[in-house]
Parts: sequence; structure tokens; C-alpha cells
Amino acid sequence: MSTPSVVSSQSSQAGTGQMREVTLGQAIRETLAEELRRDPTVFIMGEDVAEAGTPFKVLSGLVEEFGPQRIIDSPISEAGISGLGVGAAMTGMRPIIDIMFGDFIGLAMDQIVNQAAKVHYMSGGKLRVPLVIRTTLGATRRTAAQHSQSLHAWVSHIPGLKVALPSTPYDAKGLLKTAIRDDNPVIFFEDKMMYQLKGQVPDDDYTIPFGVADVKRAGTDITLVATSSMVQIALAAAEQLAELDISAEVVDPRTTTPLDKETLIASAQKTSRAIVIDEGYERYGVTAELAAVIADGAFYYLDAPVKRLGAMDVPVPFSPVLEDQTVPTAEAVTQLAKTLCGRV
Amino acid sequence: MTQTKAPREQSAQQRAADVREGAEQWMLAYRLMLRIRFFEEQVNDLYRTARMPGLAHLYSGEEAVAVGVCQALRPDDYITSTHRGHGHCLAKGASIDRMFAELLGKEPGYCRGKGGSMHIADQETGNLGANAIVGGSAGIATGAAFSSKMLGTGQVAVCFFGDGALGQGVLYEVMNMASLWKLPILYVCENNLYNEYTHNAETTAGSMLARAQAFNIEAEEIDGQDVRLVYATAQRLVERARRGDGPGFLLANTYRFHGHHVGDIQRTYYRSKEEEEYWKAERDPITILGNWLLEEHVADAAQLERIRSEAQEEVTAGVEFGLNAPFPEISEVTEHVYA
Repeated sequence: MSTPSVVSSQSSQAGTGQMREVTLGQAIRETLAEELRRDPTVFIMGEDVAEAGTPFKVLSGLVEEFGPQRIIDSPISEAGISGLGVGAAMTGMRPIIDIMFGDFIGLAMDQIVNQAAKVHYMSGGKLRVPLVIRTTLGATRRTAAQHSQSLHAWVSHIPGLKVALPSTPYDAKGLLKTAIRDDNPVIFFEDKMMYQLKGQVPDDDYTIPFGVADVKRAGTDITLVATSSMVQIALAAAEQLAELDISAEVVDPRTTTPLDKETLIASAQKTSRAIVIDEGYERYGVTAELAAVIADGAFYYLDAPVKRLGAMDVPVPFSPVLEDQTVPTAEAVTQLAKTLCGRV
Repeated sequence: MTQTKAPREQSAQQRAADVREGAEQWMLAYRLMLRIRFFEEQVNDLYRTARMPGLAHLYSGEEAVAVGVCQALRPDDYITSTHRGHGHCLAKGASIDRMFAELLGKEPGYCRGKGGSMHIADQETGNLGANAIVGGSAGIATGAAFSSKMLGTGQVAVCFFGDGALGQGVLYEVMNMASLWKLPILYVCENNLYNEYTHNAETTAGSMLARAQAFNIEAEEIDGQDVRLVYATAQRLVERARRGDGPGFLLANTYRFHGHHVGDIQRTYYRSKEEEEYWKAERDPITILGNWLLEEHVADAAQLERIRSEAQEEVTAGVEFGLNAPFPEISEVTEHVYA
């Protein structure tokens, strides 16, 4: 993270130990290792998670420490492993199911939406599903329409699920610990393009509570609400805007469900303008929900309509020149922010 | 797919010993099957008299499968059930009164009225829940078997489903894993011939049993109307799974006496009245066991009649409890979304 004016709140239960630099991928791996050591009921199941360590190599080394009984290579059966995860979670385990690409959750949707999300409610609160499904989002990896989508809106829509979207190694670690220790099904989306992103994490154990947004950069003129992959875009835009003397505040909700409405609304009330940036499809997406929350809660403070920037409503194309058109860029954010601030 | 296995020929002496030894169990099986039958008939009555919201899928006619399989289980063994699940819940030990309360959306119901007929779950009897998605609980049951193996608890999971679930891909995904990892699970396919309103001859190609055999799962096809045969077969497959020898698949041929659900009354377009009458007259699992109990002198007619009236009284008391029970507080609507 190259932005000097970051004021990440690194909230309440933050670790205070020695800080060190890791990549987001390393942060995920060491979090999983720490939780596997801490709790014998935690296990990881998915396609190519053991010796292969996934195509992203995020899990490399885990099978060597924890063995094939806990780091389990599965058949290519997203519905089956998700369903097995639900049942194992209901009966004493804390499964972490790895769905390699977020695009594949379509295969597992009944297990996630009709089983995992509803078991606790349908049983009148008797049964619990402490399940984590880790998956990925994000385009621009040149993997075309079926390996590039950001589908977190689908699951954010469903009562009973929690949805986490880390944007830094620090957040990834704290949010993943919370996810694993939570008694509810959590869908944990990692931006596959951010695994090499570096950031500081403390040595000691810490968690980040769900439903607590983080102000990644403080500002006064416009609020940029950004999720996951779009946080870095928003921070880059904020740098560009600073050069134009526009002070942008970057707010990262970190979880879409539960959602920290208060922080979003308070920021928009303070700055009087807001843009919501998310890599999911713009139509009926996360940007729509967050924009509605801000419009509803900050209406009388706003000097401009709340604007949205999401992925273009097209299947993600393969050709790089086409794909690059489909996701929001720092330049697009900057341009829109200038317009909202009357600086055309 | 019509082959069924008859109990092996036995010596008269051996048979008499088996009868004596099993007498108590078969009397209990008789009672449990009647309890389910009267429960379901009561549900049908509640529906027809507009005292029950929603709908229900009745298990009448299939009682021997649930009772025979559950008699082969430990109290802490797991089951998952289906939309046609009242029989499984009762056979695994659920109480009639709390079942009725749930069906009526009442607060003392097993799920505080939030699940209803198609979602009854009862942790205390190992029932991980009925499921209104056909084949929807296959993953859950397999996951429960996975937990048992990981935690070394010795528990077995039973996954009940109908022949309709053979059309669902997830079932094959989890059967593959169960066999790969030798999970302690028994898949019980209740073949009642119909996928809702369509005969399975129109929906299901090839052999049902071979589907499981292809995964190297120990598979048996039996007459699901003979509770003693269901028990004996389930017992063997369950203990085999418990020993760590891998999953089993039990194909039980049976018949639902009612329609797909309580409102499915006009059904001659998909099955004949003659077929229904044949199964009710000749293949009723309660009659089959009752006749055997009489023939083997395990019980006399008066004893059976007494069990019958006691079961009826239990159901009558249970429905009264349910009807008189309070609805949940309105504030409960937002409770239990998250743990």
C-alpha cells in the first residue's frame, strides 16, 4: 500500500505486537495455519488444496504440517463439498470449503442458499452451521467470462449468510479469523489479483469484528465507498484527487453482511458526496444497495446524487483490450468525483 | 427392478428362537408404524378441515422403511429426512405432540413453528432435519458421516430420500466421496414409484441399484413393505458402515398410499385406482407385520387391537396439544437468522 495518508482504524480488537510485512496470500495462509493449530475441528476441503496448494499457491505447505486428513483434496464437486461442509458444520466440525473461482459457486448455490443459510432459522435456532466458504473474485486476469466474475452480491442477498471482502493483508487475517470462529456460514471472497499485495500485520493473534467498516483514508470533500479489489482503485483515485485539491475519504465496509451502515452514512453526511465502487456487476448489485443506504441515511446532507461504479453489465470478455473496459479504474473514479465536486 | 429378497429359509427351531428374541422389537415396530399411520391420517384430516396451514406430504404406506431402518440405529446416530418426512422423525424418536405443534406453526413445535412439515429437525434424536429440496439433504448426511469419522464417535448417518432424488446430481457427488473416504453412511432410497406426479419409468434410466454399485457402495434392493426384512438389511449395512467398511445403499420398494401431497386428490392421470387398491389391500406394511405377529403367536388379536387403540389415543392427545399450543411471539420473526 503506497498511500502515505492511510489512517486505517485497524479497529477494536487489533493486535499490538511487532508488525511485519506479508502478502495477502501469505496472510490468508498463516491465518489458516494458526486456526488449524488452535482448533482441531477445523479442516480444509477443496479441489487441489493439498499438495498443489491451489492454483494460486495460497495453501502451499499446509498439507505438510497438517496432513491429508485435515487438508483434503476433493473431487471436482462444488455442490458435494459445500453440502458435506454444511453437514460437518452441523455436527461438530468447522469446515473451510475452498471454491477455487467465485464463478463456480453457481454449482453450489442450493447448498449455500437453501441449506447453509437456512438451517439455523428453520430449526428454530437449534442447529448451527459454522462453515466458511473461501472463494475468489476479480477480473483482469485474462481468464474470460467463467473465471472472472465478482458474484458476492448473490450471497449478500441471502439472510443467514455473512459475507466478508478483505482488501488488505491486515483485514484478510483479522476477518478470516472471525469467519472461522463464527457460528454462522460465512462466504469469504478474496480478490485473486491481490494475493501479491503487501501490507503490515502484527505477530500476535487478533480478529476484526464483522459489520465494522474501516476508513482507509480520511477526507472531507467526497466519500469513496469501495470494496475488496476496488479499495486500491479508490485509494489511487484519492491520490489523483488530492493533486486537484479534492480531499477524498475512502471507506471500506469490509463485510457486506452485516453492513456497517452508520459509518457509511456518517462519512457521506460529512463530505456531502459519495461514489460507491464495487467489482460486481453494477445492475442490481452491491453498489445499488450501498448507494441506497447512503441516499436514505444522508439525503439531507448530500450536495449531489450518490453515484455508482460497478463492473460493466457484460460477460467478462477475454481480449485484454475489451476486458479492461469492464472494471472501474482509478481514472474513472477520479473523473466522476471531479464531476460531483463541480470540477469538470 | 422388481426383484425382492425373501428372508432366508430357516430351520423351524431357529425360526422359533428368532421369533422369541425379536418379539419385543416387532411389537414395538407394529406400534411405531401405527403411530405414523394414525399421525398421517390425522394430518390429512387437519388439512381437509382447513385447520393446518400450508401442505403436507404423507408417509402412509411407507412406514416399514423408516421404522425398520431406525430400529437398526443407535439413539445418537444421525438421520436426514425429506419433504415426506413425518415417518422418519417419529421413527427416530420425535414426540407426537411437538410434531403436531410444528406442523401447526406453534411455539412448542420442534422448530418453534419456523420449519413446519417439511423442515422438522430434532437434535436430541439425531434428526438433522427434513428437507424440502429433493436430494437436498444428501450433502448434510454425508457431512455428518464425515464428522463422525473425523471425531471418531462411531455414529452412522442415514440419508433418506425418494426415487425422485435419483435425478439430482449432488447425490452422486456425495456418494462418490462417501465411498472414496469410507464414510459411515447408509443411503436409503424409498422407491415409491413416483417422482411427484410422474412415474419413475419416465424419469429414471437404467438400474437404480447400479448407480450406487458404480461407486463401489454396498447396495441391496428389498421389499420395503416387510419391516423385518428392512431391519435385517439395514442392520447389516449400518454395522458394516460403523465398522469402517464403507457406505451402504438400501433400495426399498414401497408405495405411498396418498397423493404427492395432501391436496393431490385427482391422480388417475398418473396412477390407477386399481394399483392403489392393490397396494393397500395386499402390500400394507402394517397388515403384513400384524399377520406375521398372529401367525407366529407373538400376539393375539386383542393385543394388536390394544396397541392400535393406544396409538390412536397418542395421536389424538398429540393433535390436541398442537391445536391448543400458542403461536410464537411476533418478535420471533427476526430471531435465529444468525446464531
